[in-house]
Amino acid sequence: MNLIKRILGIVWIGLGIGAGIYLIYFQAVPLWAKGGNDLVPAIIYTFVLAPLISIGMSLFGFYSFQGEFDNI
Amino acid sequence: MTTKKQSLAYIISASSVGTLIEWYDFYIFGSLATVLSTKFFPTDNPTAAFLNTLATFAAGFVVRPFGALVFGRLGDLIGRKYTFMVTLMLMGGATFAIGLIPSYATIGAWAPILVLTLRLLQGLALGGEYGGAATYVAEHAPAERRGFFTSWIQTTATLGLVISLAVIMATRSSMSKEAFDEYGWRIPFLVSILMVLVSLLIRKNMEESPMFEKAKAEGNISKNPLKESFGNKLNLKYVLLALFGATMGQGLVWYTGQFYAQTFLLKICNLDDIQTNMILVIGLLLGTPLFVIFGALSDKIGRKGIMMAGMIIAVFSYRPIFDQMYKTVDVTNKTVVPGSEKMILQGKTTTVTKEFTDGSSYKNVITEVSLDKTESKISIKINEKDQWTLVAYVFFLISFVTMAYGPIAAFLVEMFPTKIRYTSMSLPYHIGNGVFGGLMPAIATFLVSNAQTAGVVQKPYLEGLNYPITLISVCVVIGIIYIKSAKKAA
Repeated sequence: MNLIKRILGIVWIGLGIGAGIYLIYFQAVPLWAKGGNDLVPAIIYTFVLAPLISIGMSLFGFYSFQGEFDNI
Repeated sequence: MTTKKQSLAYIISASSVGTLIEWYDFYIFGSLATVLSTKFFPTDNPTAAFLNTLATFAAGFVVRPFGALVFGRLGDLIGRKYTFMVTLMLMGGATFAIGLIPSYATIGAWAPILVLTLRLLQGLALGGEYGGAATYVAEHAPAERRGFFTSWIQTTATLGLVISLAVIMATRSSMSKEAFDEYGWRIPFLVSILMVLVSLLIRKNMEESPMFEKAKAEGNISKNPLKESFGNKLNLKYVLLALFGATMGQGLVWYTGQFYAQTFLLKICNLDDIQTNMILVIGLLLGTPLFVIFGALSDKIGRKGIMMAGMIIAVFSYRPIFDQMYKTVDVTNKTVVPGSEKMILQGKTTTVTKEFTDGSSYKNVITEVSLDKTESKISIKINEKDQWTLVAYVFFLISFVTMAYGPIAAFLVEMFPTKIRYTSMSLPYHIGNGVFGGLMPAIATFLVSNAQTAGVVQKPYLEGLNYPITLISVCVVIGIIYIKSAKKAA
């Protein structure tokens, strides 16, 4: 199980970075260009969801890869 | 023993009533968003319209984690009791003040700015309240029955929503539509202050949590809860695990089952608003006892299994349930009663009505906004049998909510030590519920709207579910692999 957790750590890091890129380039950027009320979801994607998911998941993955979650 | 039981019942009641009032205060804003937008955010002013969208969809939810940090820190420094008294006063004051703000027509741009500011204060207060109440009850409860006792706190969010809908429906039905639009909408905000005062009087007589008192007496109080909670790798990893392995999925199950069900029926299925609220209130009330049942069950078989089961069932059943809900309301395949179709022209408004052989009715009010733009408001009323079918679907959705949410307070409390518990459990809870969950109805509606415009998928009305299904699935994988399966995590 500990080996699985460590391997999954890399998956979570990749997922976090991938989700951040997807949310900013494919969701937020077109909305920034539209302007108006679409700025609200653009702000949410750029400043709330993307950093939260990418930084949070990457950190979680990093700890997992390091073995911080072994034997818990 | 009897005295102890009574005092525990008093502690749970006093804590729950306050938390319930905070949820009520928080939800009436959302439930009255349509009226508020016409009073404070006129659409002809783009800035006001922008603030409206921000206030309605995001601000109150996004700010909750900050409330968790501010009040969580206070709760770990000065105690649970005083902190959740402060959050209650803040929430009550902000809600009461919203009911007093003059309209945009009277004070101009100050109106949307004040509403947005007060909505932020509501979010901050809620961010501090829940962790305090859950911690307070958990620290009084015997360890082997913590799930059962904290589950009463878990019922308050649902009951707060039910009461907010009931107060709004009662106010609406007690006066004319014009009177409600004119001043009646302020009543649900103003009556909140009475409930808050009663709750403050009850909470004033409560004693501090015994675990916190003990830690304080032993000098084991954290000097810097924020640093110890998030600056320390040993604790931060548990905060991240709580977030990605539990509260993210739980928050999404909660908001999909309760709020998105409402948004889906109202905005995507175009079901009549009174009928939608009635269905929701009945479904919520029928489902509420399950919070306590699953909370108690978690004391016997463990928290993780129940929470994960709720999330897994939700992932696999969302699409079929929401699909059936849509088909129950959809009139495209129903037979029109011959001669029932009518069209009435009145100025720039055209009203189309139809009746169907199964007892459903359809009304579409088309208003000409400009030469090349019309606005359409469809409202469908369904028959009584279909109404009960929808109640059953809402009940199923709520039952998944109760599985994921019932044991979560006990689970989070057991994950962190007393001295930084309030801070550490509040943050993942409010990111999971406030951010991932709270933004869910708005994001899902946005995804459905995009799918309907693109027209490339067969069932665009289900596209909004991709957001919760994806994130809940990730949460389930993390929860199953990383979270300890013991009856008590710590």
